[in-house]
Amino acid sequence: MSDITLNAAAANPEATPRNPPVATTGPIAWVRENLFSGWLSTAVTLLLGYLIIRSVVGFVDWAFINAIWSVPVVNGVAQTQSCRELHGAGACWAVVTEKHRFMLFGTYPYDEHWRPAIVCVLFVALYIVSAMRRFWNWTLIPIWAVMLTLIGILMWGGVFGLSYVPQERWGGLPITLILATFGLAFAFPLSILVALGRRSNLPAIKVLCVLYVELIRGVPLISLLFMASVMFPLFLPEGMNIDKLLRAQIAIILFAGAYLAEVVRGGLQALPKGQYEAADAMGLTYWQKTGLIILPQALRLVIPPLVNTFIGFFKDTSLVLIIGIFDLLTAGKTAIVEPAWQGFGVEVYVFVGLIYLVFCFAMSKYSQALETDLNRHSRR
Amino acid sequence: MKHVLRRSMIRTLGAALIASTMALPAVAQQQPAAPAAATLDAIRARGTLICGVNTGLAGFAQPDSQGVWRGFDADYCRAVAAALFNDPNKVRYVPTTAQNRFTALQSGEVDMLARNTTWTLSRDTSLGFDFPAINFYDGQGFMVKTSLGVRTARELDGATICVQPGTTTEQNLTDWARANRVNFTPVVIERLEELVTAFVAGRCDAYTTDVSGLASTRSAQARPADYLILPDVISKEPLGPLVRHGDQRFSDLVRWIHFGLVAAEELGITAANVQQMAANDTRPEVQRMLGRNGDLGRMLAVDNAWLVNVIRAVGNYGEVFERNLTPIGIQRGPNAVWPTAGGLQFAPPFR
Repeated sequence: MSDITLNAAAANPEATPRNPPVATTGPIAWVRENLFSGWLSTAVTLLLGYLIIRSVVGFVDWAFINAIWSVPVVNGVAQTQSCRELHGAGACWAVVTEKHRFMLFGTYPYDEHWRPAIVCVLFVALYIVSAMRRFWNWTLIPIWAVMLTLIGILMWGGVFGLSYVPQERWGGLPITLILATFGLAFAFPLSILVALGRRSNLPAIKVLCVLYVELIRGVPLISLLFMASVMFPLFLPEGMNIDKLLRAQIAIILFAGAYLAEVVRGGLQALPKGQYEAADAMGLTYWQKTGLIILPQALRLVIPPLVNTFIGFFKDTSLVLIIGIFDLLTAGKTAIVEPAWQGFGVEVYVFVGLIYLVFCFAMSKYSQALETDLNRHSRR
Repeated sequence: MKHVLRRSMIRTLGAALIASTMALPAVAQQQPAAPAAATLDAIRARGTLICGVNTGLAGFAQPDSQGVWRGFDADYCRAVAAALFNDPNKVRYVPTTAQNRFTALQSGEVDMLARNTTWTLSRDTSLGFDFPAINFYDGQGFMVKTSLGVRTARELDGATICVQPGTTTEQNLTDWARANRVNFTPVVIERLEELVTAFVAGRCDAYTTDVSGLASTRSAQARPADYLILPDVISKEPLGPLVRHGDQRFSDLVRWIHFGLVAAEELGITAANVQQMAANDTRPEVQRMLGRNGDLGRMLAVDNAWLVNVIRAVGNYGEVFERNLTPIGIQRGPNAVWPTAGGLQFAPPFR
C-alpha cells in the first residue's frame, strides 16, 4: 500500500521539486512587484534611479576622481592654485592632508601630538571597556580612575619628563571627547539623583529638583555657556580664575543633567506601581528598593531616549566655539581661516562630519545591541 | 522606621548638594592671579605673558598648520614677551571671541588683548580699559563684484549687503545708511568664512567689513580682479592692543613697544641689523633707543636692551606688517610711517 503511494508520487510529474516561476519569487519578482508595478511607479523608479546614479557618480567624481590630495608648500605658504582651478569640480583634500593634525589636536605643541593621540585611543578603549557587560561592576571605578589620571597626565604633563601644556593650548578631538565623556559621566548620576528627588515626597528636595530642572531647561545651552564664560568670572574676586574649560564643562554637566533627569523620570513613571509596593512589602530600604528593583527596570526602559540625549550632547559640545575653546569643529573652522585655504570649507566639514559620524553611529549601534540584549525576556 | 529613612535620605542628598557647591570655590583657588594694580609684577612672577587673541582672523591672529599662532596681533604679544623676558616664546595665547574678549581681560584671565579691537570712548572709560597705542588704522568699507557696475557706496541704494552681526560693523552700516538715505537689505551671517561664501555665491550685492578684511578676502579669491573695493570709508576703526586700567607701568610698556617698532622702521633698524646698530650706530636717538646711552629701558621697568630684544624677535613695525598683512593683500596706506612715508604711524621722541 505504502509502496504504491510512493511509486505513484514518484511517477507524478507534479510532485517533483521544481523551481517556482521566476516571475513570482526571487529578486526579479521583488523588483517587479515593488518598483515596476504600474506605469506611475515605473516612472518614479526610473526618475529616482537616474537621480541617485547621477548624484553618486557626481560625488565619486568630486571626492575621488577629480580630487587633489596634496599641494606643494613653499616657504610655509600652501600653493593652492591647482585646487582653485578646479572651480569645485573636484575636492581639495589637500586641505585635510595639510591641516589634519591641527584639526585633530588644535594648538597643542606640534612635537607633542603623540600625547593627545594616545589620549584619544585611551578614551576609545575606555568606551569599549565600559560597554562590555562583564566589566559592569566595581572594577569599572578603578579602571575609570586610572584611565582619567593617565589622560590628565598626558594632556597636562609636567611630570615624568613630559613638558607642561596649559589648558588653552588643548584642542581638537581630545577636547570634544573630554567635554562629552566628563559631561555625560557626571551628568548621568546627577540626573538619576534629580529624577529620584523629583519623585520624592519630601517637599524641600522635590522643590529643589523641580527648580533645577525647569531653570536649566528654560534656557538654551548657549546662554548657559555664556554665563559660565562671561558672567561668572565677574562674580569672582578679581584675579581668581577658574579654568575656562572647567567652567564650560560644569555648564555642560548641569545642562545635560537636567535633560537626562527628565528621561530617567520617564522611566521611573513607566514602572507599574506594583513593583514599588512589592519592594516595600519585602522590607527593602529606600536605597535597596531603588538600586535593586526600580532603577534596573526603569533605565532599561529608557535606553533609546538616553542614547538619543547622549548623541545630542556629543554634538552639542561643539557650541563651546562661542567661548573660544577649540573643539573639533572649531579647529576645523579655524583651519580654513588662512587665506590660502579659504573656500575649502566643504572638504573640512566632510572630514569633521565623518569623525562625528563614527562616534555617534557606534553609540547608536551599541544601544541597539544593548536593548535587544536587555529585553530578551520580553521578546515573543 | 520611615522617619529614620527620610532623615538619612535628606542627609545624603544634602551632603551631595553641599559637596557640589563647595567644589566650585575649591577649584577656583587653584589659580590665584594678581590684582590689576600689579599686572606687570604678576606677569613677571608667572614668567609668561597671557595674551588674548582672535580665535582666527587671517593676517592678525591664526594658528598655522602646526598650531603656532601667527599674525600681526600675535607678533605684538611676542614683542611684549621679548621686552619682558628676552624670549618671544614666553606667551600663552588665549583665543577669545568677540563676545567674551572684554570679560577675559576684566576678570584677569588675560594680561592684555591684542585682538583687532577698535578704540572707542566707552571701551576706554566705562569698561575699564586702556588703549596704549593704535597699531593699525582701519575703516569700514564695501566690496562689490566688478560686474555690478557700482563705483561708489551711495549707488548701493536697494542693495542686499552681507554683514557680520554683533560688532560695530553692523551699527556703522545702519548709521551710514540712515544718514545717506540708502535703503538696503542686510544679510546677517555670524561666521566670516560663510559670509564670504555667501557674497561670492551672489547672495548679496555688497559685502561690508573693515577695509583690511575686504582686502584679505579679495586677495584670497581665484580672480581678485572680479571684485572691487569701493573708495568710500564709512567709519574710523583705530585698532590696537588693550590692557586693564590700573597698572600704568604695563600700559606704558605696551605703548612704547609699539612706538619703538615704529621708530625702528623710521630709523632703518631691522631684525637683521639691530645688533650691529646697537653696537656701532652713532645717531644719539638710536643709541638711546637701543640702550647704549641713557636709561630709557629702566624708566619702563625693563632691561635697557629691551628694544634690541623686541626688534630681534619680531623686526620693526614695517617688517611685522609685511610679514603678516602684505601677503593677504593689505596696503600700507594710512599705516605708513610718518614722516618718512607720510602715513599716520607716528612715534614720539625717544628721549
